[in-house]
Amino acid sequence: MTLQAPGFWPPTGPEIVFLLLGVVALGSALLVVTTRQLVHAALWLVVCFGALAGGYLVLTAEFVAWVQVLIYVGAVVVLLLFGIMLTRAPIGRSADLDSGNRWAAALVALATAAVLVTVVVSGFRTAYAPLDPGQGAAKPLGSSIFRTWVLPFEALSVLLLAALVGAIVLSRTDIQGRK
Amino acid sequence: MHIVYPVVVSALLFSIGVYGVLARRNAILVLMSVELMLNAVNLNLVAFDVWLRDRLHGGQVLTLFVIVIAAAEVGLGLAIVLAVFRNRKTIDVDRLRDLSEDLTEADPEEVRP
Amino acid sequence: MIAVTTLIVLLPLAAAAAGLLGSRWPRGASRTERDNAFASRRAAWFAIVAGTGSLLLTVWLAYELSSGRAGAPGGPFWGGVLPGKAEGTLTLIETGSVPISVTLRADGLSMLVGILVVVVALAVQVYSVGYMRGDPRYPSYSAFISLFTSAMLLVVYAGDLIVLYVGWEIMGLCSYLLIGHWWEDRANSRAAVKAFLVTRLGDVGFLFGIFTLGVAAGSFRIDDVLSADLPRSTLITATLLLLAGVAGKSAQVPLQTWLPDAMAGPTPISALIHAATMVAAGIFIVARLYPLFLGAQPTLDVLAVIAAIGMLGAALAALAQDDLKRVLAYSTISQLAYMAGALAAGSDKAAIFHLLTHGAFKALLFLCAGAVIHHVGSNLMSHMGGLRAGLPVTFAGMTIGFAALMGLPPASGFFSKDAVIAAIEHSHGPAQPFLYGSALLTVGVTGAYAARAWLRTFFGPARVEALPEPPPGTAHVFDGREAPRSMLWPIGLLAVLALLLGIAGLGIAGLGDVDWSSAVVSLVVALLGAGIVYALWRSSPHIDPARLLGPFRVPCERAFYVDAVYAALFARPVFRLARGVVRTDEKVVDGAVRGSGRLTVGLSGLVRLAQNGNAQLYVTGLLAGVLLIAVAAVVFG
Repeated sequence: MTLQAPGFWPPTGPEIVFLLLGVVALGSALLVVTTRQLVHAALWLVVCFGALAGGYLVLTAEFVAWVQVLIYVGAVVVLLLFGIMLTRAPIGRSADLDSGNRWAAALVALATAAVLVTVVVSGFRTAYAPLDPGQGAAKPLGSSIFRTWVLPFEALSVLLLAALVGAIVLSRTDIQGRK
Repeated sequence: MHIVYPVVVSALLFSIGVYGVLARRNAILVLMSVELMLNAVNLNLVAFDVWLRDRLHGGQVLTLFVIVIAAAEVGLGLAIVLAVFRNRKTIDVDRLRDLSEDLTEADPEEVRP
Repeated sequence: MIAVTTLIVLLPLAAAAAGLLGSRWPRGASRTERDNAFASRRAAWFAIVAGTGSLLLTVWLAYELSSGRAGAPGGPFWGGVLPGKAEGTLTLIETGSVPISVTLRADGLSMLVGILVVVVALAVQVYSVGYMRGDPRYPSYSAFISLFTSAMLLVVYAGDLIVLYVGWEIMGLCSYLLIGHWWEDRANSRAAVKAFLVTRLGDVGFLFGIFTLGVAAGSFRIDDVLSADLPRSTLITATLLLLAGVAGKSAQVPLQTWLPDAMAGPTPISALIHAATMVAAGIFIVARLYPLFLGAQPTLDVLAVIAAIGMLGAALAALAQDDLKRVLAYSTISQLAYMAGALAAGSDKAAIFHLLTHGAFKALLFLCAGAVIHHVGSNLMSHMGGLRAGLPVTFAGMTIGFAALMGLPPASGFFSKDAVIAAIEHSHGPAQPFLYGSALLTVGVTGAYAARAWLRTFFGPARVEALPEPPPGTAHVFDGREAPRSMLWPIGLLAVLALLLGIAGLGIAGLGDVDWSSAVVSLVVALLGAGIVYALWRSSPHIDPARLLGPFRVPCERAFYVDAVYAALFARPVFRLARGVVRTDEKVVDGAVRGSGRLTVGLSGLVRLAQNGNAQLYVTGLLAGVLLIAVAAVVFG
């Protein structure tokens, strides 16, 4: 699988594009976890997910990219915004979005990053995959899902249904628990 | 494409998510950070799928599943957040301290040797 | 032959077991008056029958040995007294290094002392029947005496040093038990503990002396040890160590302090254990191992110094005491020092001769003193006086005893003490002048204190009209005029022995020869001491003749403050150390335990701070832990 890997320099065009998208995704993700405004966090999340979708595209996973855009950017973020709205969060800057745990959290996160980066760099330094457009198109992926992965797919649909029912039960106030 | 690029981006994204989960006070922001971590996993899955040239596209299919589960999770999570908000009038994670030991009730003599 | 010896030793042991286990059977728990009397009678029969059996067997054995028919010819010692010798090994105990042979031997020396032991023991057993009448613990008392007799006989007949040591320690145990017979009084049990501890101190040295000898000779058998060719340094070390045990057991300086306190026990015990037999065991050991001591002149010199200090000091202390039994106790120390002096001067025969006569007359004195105390209800001579008329038999016995103690002819003490003094006079050790001077002086002081005790007890005005209820620790008041017959018979027997043993010793065995020049000197000195006391007493019979000591009276009465010095030097530092240990135990050891508990509680309090309910903190900790494990797995994996 690992073909004759070209060197890291000079980077190819897709790599440059991917890295730029990655920088955008990381930067917006950082803003998500550091911004003082709740709504901005949700919006930065959109940027992050979008950049990631672009990354998927570069990696030739076009179907996944579109699903990402549709579900994450379209559904999840909207849901989160609804959540923000329903919990009467203040619009605008709020000073206390970070808990007192911040420094310990930063430390643990940095350590996590250090460990993970160290491990993956040492593990996949030489891994190289030539990009082959069309591999992640809707057709091959669809045939794979509905042939090989049809059973997990169906199970997942049941799970989704259960989650929907659960969410409704949790959020409605007029359903009493059994005495 | 060097696999190390997406993998490193994914690792950093995951760490940012970790920071968000640990440091953010608002439960909705915690949920967002969880989404970031899930996306880091997704990026990994796609990158490895490409690298391994899986004929069954296990990685990408699993990515789709994860996206679906993430959607369900956000839905449930928000429902829980709303339920908490209804009961407590707050969704600050560090003010939900029901897990703590109730120091006023503990008998101090009991633990003395 | 060896079976007879074994039987002699085992008979009192069996009596002890029977007395302890069988006296109250089958009504063990009952303590009614009737049951007590019944148990006492049965225990007395056990003890006396066994004692008589031992005595008869001993006499028979002595006859067999003296006729020379039995056993090998005796060693170089005592061959003239009793030529025969019987030795037998019952069993051999392998220890991994030097084996212990359970050996008994009967030769001249052990026969002489053995006869003394069984005679005195039997006399004391018979005497105790009357003396201890009504005592609810009489069965255990007589059983302990039987056990003691057995142990002493084991010491006497032991052919192996370890066997000897076993008997030696059992004697110490019995001494402890019997001194503390009236343990209801704290002072008595304290005296018992003191005697036990002080003798034990000496026994440590004794045991190590035995080890030194046994290891050097490759055997613990006495014959092997005596015949082994030991280097001089080993001899000196071993004999000095043995000397520690001898000093402890025989109450010699510097371990003499326990004996006067041991008078807290019943008087028959004082007669048997603390006058006639156990305290003489130290002298016996030296005589038994005498060739070794002859090879270690420095030890004999040390012994001479000890004896010289001990005889004079104890005699002076005896002169100042008011308690009759303490007079006799100090007198015992002084007389034992005479024996030690004879040993130091190189004459073991004189020492053993004096041991025998002393055993007889000192037991006699104690038994008479017991009768007196029985009559008066007090130990103190200031409560006595004028008892001559009321106690004629006791008076006669005590007179013989004091005459023997002073060394007046024809009582036995005259001959044996003369033998001792002659031996000292003719010896050549570096300490000889000191020893001889001290011995002569002591003869005078002995005469003085014997005369004082005699006069103050039996002459002068009667001092007691109404007898108070006796305190615990003294005998029960007896309302008859003279002691009961069971007490008089032993007194009579011992009086005969005390009177005639000297002549008999000269006659049958050549134990000693009268050295008339030294005899006259010591006789004159003794009469001089007695005369001074008599003159003082005559001038004013109400006042204690001890006033002749003048300013030295109080130091003498306190035995030169040795007890106080020991208390300051040893007892108090030990107490302080013990308190320190207790404090260390409380503060450091317990403190460590409690501190670890407190530390755990404190640390758990710290950990509890983390248990604050903040789920984010929990997850932080969780992730940090996972990271650490991951890093560890990567680094060390």
